[in-house]
Amino acid sequence: MHELPFVESILQITLEHAEKAGARKVVALDLVIGQMTSIVDDSVQFYWDILSRGTLAQGARLKFQRLLALYRCQDCGHTYSLDGHHLACPQCDSACVQLVQGDELRLESIEIEA
Amino acid sequence: MRKTVSVVENILKANDQLALANRALLEQHRTFAVNFMASPGAGKTSIIVRSVQALKDHFRITGIDGDIATSIDADRMAAAGIPAVQINTGGACHLDAVMVHNALPEVDLPATDLLIIENVGNLICPANFPLGAHLNILIASVPEGADKPYKYPTMYRGVQALLLNKTDLLPYFDFDVDYFRHGVEALNPGLAFFPLSANTGDGLDSWISWLAEQVSHYLTDRH
Repeated sequence: MHELPFVESILQITLEHAEKAGARKVVALDLVIGQMTSIVDDSVQFYWDILSRGTLAQGARLKFQRLLALYRCQDCGHTYSLDGHHLACPQCDSACVQLVQGDELRLESIEIEA
Repeated sequence: MRKTVSVVENILKANDQLALANRALLEQHRTFAVNFMASPGAGKTSIIVRSVQALKDHFRITGIDGDIATSIDADRMAAAGIPAVQINTGGACHLDAVMVHNALPEVDLPATDLLIIENVGNLICPANFPLGAHLNILIASVPEGADKPYKYPTMYRGVQALLLNKTDLLPYFDFDVDYFRHGVEALNPGLAFFPLSANTGDGLDSWISWLAEQVSHYLTDRH
């Protein structure tokens, strides 16, 4: 939750890059969002529609690439996603596990009309 | 003409940037800040009060409390013998770096070794809003149940110490300590863990010694 500050930041970064690239208009954004970040796409879209009004990025399409939370077991090497029941390795029950994907929160690229 | 502009920038929210600024200010004055988080009623204030009683003759301590309403917790900190600042968040469900930034001028930083920040009772939102503290602490409690690490992984991942309060109630609740610890270990390997009871005092000494060690280490570590 709290997508509003997140959208404010996306908009700021977008406009910086758009202006630097001499864009007339921003038409799309590629967002990479990991499962562990608790960011909800619909809320992002909602705030984006409001905040981007009147800017170069008004009407830009948001494309969400969702990354699952993935853990790797340090003991047996098994990689698994969270199923809501286990945190420890479902293969060997070890608690020596590491999150290898799921924390991502980045703007990958923007598509502009120059 | 359309083209793709590569950005590849992490979305560091404005909050996180201000948290860094808060941290810089704390560093400037050699003030060690600790952010206490928990569900409502887990025992944040009680543990803070017990910690203050034990440590106020060793360190100069100031408290900041965040709540939607009342000054109940800041009053309890003040009654324990330390200066305390109350932030009323106006409905916000967590403290953020902006609120702490605005409260810091009310803290005598040059005269504060340890700044205790008590966050709003909430297991979700505070985890997403760094304040600039040196340590983030989570207080779990026995009546909440042993499945909380599984349900609130972001919170459990983001802390450097975990207190399990109300251990005196273990005989009355179905709390599977092994299940709890297994989940915690997977999320946050090697996390400092302190089972205790603010009510009976059981286990408090270990926690207070550990906290005192963190503060001493910080104060004597000249960069």
